[in-house]
Amino acid sequence: MKPFYACNSPEHLLSRRRFLAGTAAGGLGLLGFAGMVHPAAADQLRRTQKRVLVVWLAGGVSQLETWDPKPGTNTGGPFQSIPTSVPGVQICELLPHTARHMHRLALVRGVNTAEDEHSRGAYIMHTGRRQTPGEQFPHLGSVAARLLAPEDSPLPGYLHVTPRGEGVNRQDAAFLGPRFGSVALPDGNMPANMLRAATLTEAADRQRDGLRERLNRRFNQGRRTAETEAYTYSYDQAAQMMSRRGIFDLGRENPRDRDRYGSHDFGRHMLLGRRLLENGATFVKVTHSNYDTHHENFDFHIEQLGEFDRPFACLIEDLVQRGLWESTLVVVMSEFGRTPTINRNMGRDHWSRAWSVALGGCGVRGGAVVGATNANGTAVTERQVNGGHLFHTYFRALGLDSRRNHYHSGRPIPMADPQAAPIQEILA
Amino acid sequence: MSFFSRAARRAAGAANPTRTRLARELRHNSPLFSCRIDPTGRFVFAGAQDSLIHRWDLTTGQRVALTGHRSWTRALAFLAGPRQLVSGGYDGKVIWWQADAAAPAPLRTVAAHRGWVRAVAVSPDGRLLATCGNDNLVKLWSAADGASVRELAGHTSHVYNVAFHPDGRHLVSGDLHGRVKQWDIASGTEVRALDATVLHRYDPTFRADIGGVRSMAFSCDGSLLACAGITDVSNAFAGIGRPVIVLFDWATGARRHLLRPQANFQGTAWGVSFHPAGYIVGVGGGSGGALWFWRPTAAQSFHTLALPNNARDLDLHPDGRRLAIAFFDGAVRVYDMAPA
Repeated sequence: MKPFYACNSPEHLLSRRRFLAGTAAGGLGLLGFAGMVHPAAADQLRRTQKRVLVVWLAGGVSQLETWDPKPGTNTGGPFQSIPTSVPGVQICELLPHTARHMHRLALVRGVNTAEDEHSRGAYIMHTGRRQTPGEQFPHLGSVAARLLAPEDSPLPGYLHVTPRGEGVNRQDAAFLGPRFGSVALPDGNMPANMLRAATLTEAADRQRDGLRERLNRRFNQGRRTAETEAYTYSYDQAAQMMSRRGIFDLGRENPRDRDRYGSHDFGRHMLLGRRLLENGATFVKVTHSNYDTHHENFDFHIEQLGEFDRPFACLIEDLVQRGLWESTLVVVMSEFGRTPTINRNMGRDHWSRAWSVALGGCGVRGGAVVGATNANGTAVTERQVNGGHLFHTYFRALGLDSRRNHYHSGRPIPMADPQAAPIQEILA
Repeated sequence: MSFFSRAARRAAGAANPTRTRLARELRHNSPLFSCRIDPTGRFVFAGAQDSLIHRWDLTTGQRVALTGHRSWTRALAFLAGPRQLVSGGYDGKVIWWQADAAAPAPLRTVAAHRGWVRAVAVSPDGRLLATCGNDNLVKLWSAADGASVRELAGHTSHVYNVAFHPDGRHLVSGDLHGRVKQWDIASGTEVRALDATVLHRYDPTFRADIGGVRSMAFSCDGSLLACAGITDVSNAFAGIGRPVIVLFDWATGARRHLLRPQANFQGTAWGVSFHPAGYIVGVGGGSGGALWFWRPTAAQSFHTLALPNNARDLDLHPDGRRLAIAFFDGAVRVYDMAPA
């Protein structure tokens, strides 16, 4: 297989070069923002680089216990809705901290992805497409890594902070090539085997790496593939990451911030997410597990959203305070929502016909609410959208033309489903 | 707490669990998940998912809805003297009602807990009310006027249940983690802890806690304490586990038995009560519904009655013969343990 680098369009490459040249800091990308010599240039780069944070609520969070509560109905459950910082917009009482930032977030309440199976639902939400045999589309994180990450970023373009390394998909870059695939940070730790083994001296390590590079160059002269490119790239990037491994060390964070985010896993992972974003990461996905509450939905949502709410609100606050909010797209999503009907075990099952996604930051109109469901939340009644609409919206929010194509072996592949369009009502 | 007169206890001798039969079905259109029979034996009250409490007259079958809570009600208890019902809701409120009024309206509403009120209990002398909830607190109130008496702090997870010991001097509370605390009522101090942690599991796959003391009862003589819930959980989010009742010897605090159903059953024991004749009655829901009877001397149930739907709570009638069960399908079913 010949190496393929999607979207090798001259204008794309040019714009990236221009971008780096414009900051007079092309080489500084190697150091990341925190290592830059000129704070003003670092600040400019940091503010202008677009980045994405996806908070993945694995298992399918209930829209009724979050963004589209229906108190007082036969499906509403025991929770009340509470006012938010946007007059007239109410969300579930389980999100009091998030409610104070509603003017920064937009709600899409008319999502119908028509897919109630976990992996297929996740595929739609990660790629904006329905899964079809023989076709693989790249995940949003891989697209962001390909189109938004600076050439010489010291961090992989797509980082995934996930409990125990769960939910890792080695095919998520699809035809973009493995270089743009996700790199998992299991439990918020650095990728495995990053550090030089204690038994290996630095000199021996350099010698070994030199040999590897020589062999690699010879191999590449005749048999260069996307996989070998990714292999070479991963070594280079690993070396950069090793030199900057302090990024992953939450011990360097202010104890007050560690308290604010909470000592539980999700709190630590969100704080790491902030740390990665402010150190130049392009796409960070933080997974919070788990919301697949077929049994005791309400007790479990108290527990899980009790973990989610405060760190999520803290992260919004901090991105705003650091001047990163306007350049960071933040999306809270799941593979689907949960059934309005409460089952006999006080659970809610899978439900993709009428659910919600929250987003904010880069290019998003804070406080906007688009779409609506009926009185008890069983159907979309207004402005129905699917994964394709969401993908167009993400790209537009990031300043990308969602009607453009990727190119795979010369074949154009639309970046987002041509049957769908951006949700203009929530774009700034 | 159930109220049994001496005469009722004698009459209860006629009850034979193995002859238990459905006697009456009282229906509503919203799932029910709590029930209590008032001390006179005339009414059964049930909390429903429509956020109302429903009262059925067991003589006429007439139903009256009590409007006051803004959420579901799991906690129901009675003040025998003034014939009042006290309810605790997931809206954090505790409400007093005239139980036998034609159309009961709230007599008094107290904002009792931050988050859900999980349980309410009345002291044996009727003077104190104990509540517990999702703020990890147990609170004591004057039953007569709703004034706050004392706050008992120490639990580190949601407090699911509370019960007064028949001696009137002690109170027990049990939480999500299965930690049971005995409190001295006069001083508000923790006397000792009992271990019911078998009722809890942190599921590492779903990263969530499951379990808790879902029901709690003392034997009539106060020598035994029963705590009901779920154990052996293999999948928290599918509710795959086994119902169990932890039976404690009150004098020593030691666990006497883990009471388990004889038949295979997946789910939670949602309700437990002591019959005046000494045996233990439990109900559960999960893979259907079931009613179980145990003797305090054996871990295995001696009788099981399959129920038509998931059961969420039970209460014994003061006559010692009947019992009421609240069901997910919206029915309160009354069972007779001494059918003609």
